[in-house]
Amino acid sequence: MKVLVPVKRVIDPYAKVKANAEGNGIDTTGVKFEINPFDEIAVEEAVRQKEKNPAITITVVSVGPDAAEEQLRKALAIGADEAVLIQTDEDLDSRAVAHELAAFAQELQPQLILMGKQATDNDANQAGQRLAAKLGWPQATFACAMEFAGDNLTVRRETDEGEETLSLPLPAVVTTDLRLNEPRYIALPGIIKARSKPLTKRPRLTDVKSQVRTVKVEQPAPRQAGVRVNSVAELMAALRDRGAL
Amino acid sequence: MSLLLIALNAADAQAGAGFAQSFGAEFDVLVLTAGDVPAIGARQVFSVDQADLAPADAMAAMIQGHLGNYTTIAAVSAMWSKDLLARVAGLEDSPMVTDVIAIPAPGQYQRPIVAGSLLATVEVEGAPVFLTIRPAGFAKPEERANGSTSSLAAPGAGQAVRTHKSASQGGRPDLTQAKVVVSGGRPLGDAATFERLIGGLADKLGGAAGATRAAVDSGIASNELQVGQTGKIVAPDLYIAAGISGSTQHMAGMKDSKIIVAINTDGDAAIFQVADYGLVMDLFEALPAIQVALD
Ligand SMILES: Cc1cc2nc3c(=O)[nH]c(=O)nc-3n(C[C@H](O)[C@H](O)[C@H](O)COP(=O)(O)OP(=O)(O)OC[C@H]3O[C@@H](n4cnc5c(N)ncnc54)[C@H](O)[C@@H]3O)c2cc1C
Ligand SMILES: Nc1ncnc2c1ncn2[C@@H]1O[C@H](COP(=O)(O)O)[C@@H](O)[C@H]1O
Repeated sequence: MKVLVPVKRVIDPYAKVKANAEGNGIDTTGVKFEINPFDEIAVEEAVRQKEKNPAITITVVSVGPDAAEEQLRKALAIGADEAVLIQTDEDLDSRAVAHELAAFAQELQPQLILMGKQATDNDANQAGQRLAAKLGWPQATFACAMEFAGDNLTVRRETDEGEETLSLPLPAVVTTDLRLNEPRYIALPGIIKARSKPLTKRPRLTDVKSQVRTVKVEQPAPRQAGVRVNSVAELMAALRDRGAL
Repeated sequence: MSLLLIALNAADAQAGAGFAQSFGAEFDVLVLTAGDVPAIGARQVFSVDQADLAPADAMAAMIQGHLGNYTTIAAVSAMWSKDLLARVAGLEDSPMVTDVIAIPAPGQYQRPIVAGSLLATVEVEGAPVFLTIRPAGFAKPEERANGSTSSLAAPGAGQAVRTHKSASQGGRPDLTQAKVVVSGGRPLGDAATFERLIGGLADKLGGAAGATRAAVDSGIASNELQVGQTGKIVAPDLYIAAGISGSTQHMAGMKDSKIIVAINTDGDAAIFQVADYGLVMDLFEALPAIQVALD
């Protein structure tokens, strides 16, 4: 069984970011890049499934710059079998990414596409749902537990009110939420060892252009400085004065 | 130019009404689960005859059949709307913008990126445009009569089948709509203590309880209470953060609250940078004292 895991190279989610000098993008000087945390969870989940069922092969794919090789190597170190980099220096929107991934999936014919619910740089939360729609496959977004059950997949997913369980026929698209698993720690030697696994680079598979383009990036207005209160009594008095209680 | 507002239920239609009324064109509303639709000034109200929202594949196929000539299709940002609208946008191969907080000019949308650290303005080409919107950025709605109402048949079966559903709202107001939110972090320690200190104060204030990811991950609070970049976005009149460090990811979900109170033993905690009132104190002393002061 083939499992496809799309991974995105994103700015370190814990980095302090600011707008670039032109005010139309993020200033990336001196900032680290990481595998999108939700995609790392997706890779980890695929590897855990493979540990239970060795018949699974895991392909990771990234649509991005040459530097994304670093994130693909990390995915290989976690336990993916092969990696593909679809090369582009363009900042593609989720729609264009979904087109690339759909074209790649049509070639690979995986039974499951396991991906992040959102990229933590653009916070779009779209590519998985779009990909599922394009392929005509069922989807389970925000997964917090999953299990194969014959030709079906059982997915527990987080909802606005709590949780629900879906049963999906394969092939299907699943997007991960934070609580699906905790990715294993990979020490540097592991990443170096993964250098012997296959990584292929190829040009874009479609000529779909982004329809959503960023024209301005700015810092949000800071909140007005507040005050320190020294006791609960002082806090309650202040809140009563403001009419907050 | 016309807008279709897709709403989960009556409360959600109300939450999206301010945006719809300020859109500057006629709008219709499609309410996905049964219930009385509030008077929000929709030209047409379509109600779907189903008690529970069907899984996204079935729902999206049905909605695609009702897109007509709308230029904009919008819903209030939530997990259900991100799940569903992005799939409909995929079926239509149309552009979508997530978490819109303002429309600075026609065809331009402002939204937070990188956990709210920055605001991006995007320009969109193609139609229809799908949006999920955050109501806090838009004007409050007026009560206005709706036009005609019609009901639509429930969607047919899809591929995905729901086998189980759980909700643990526990009688408190909806987190995203509550006027007061009391949130707790990792130091609350266990579910019973969270419920007593955070839930107890929330009840005293008629508010909702919220939590950090650290609190949810360690089983102190249930997942639907998570506030932040990947949880719920709240903007209540009063937000009380107790034992919360103030990570970028948490603040992405609450920094538009009107008044923020932070209670933390570490005077240098980042949460104090956004707090209107900061109290450097042990929450195990402060929260019970606040409850007593409210009696
Ligand atoms: C991709 C991604 C998405 C994320 N999404 C979210 C999200 O949506 N929401 C979210 O909240 N987090 C999110 N996080 C996690 C986030 O980065 C932080 O780890 C988390 O918010 C920390 O939670 P906390 O403040 O409860 O815990 P901590 O950071 O451990 O802070 C606890 C605080 O309590 C204080 N304290 C300790 N004891 C007491 C006491 N007795 N009385 C008073 N104060 C005390 C400490 O001084 C400290 O400041 C995300 C992370 C990633 C990588
Ligand atoms: N450039 C990319 N390359 C590979 N996968 C991507 C890319 N962009 C997005 N994805 C996948 O789609 C998910 C959702 O992305 P987004 O819709 O941009 O929030 C991510 O978690 C990834 O799994």
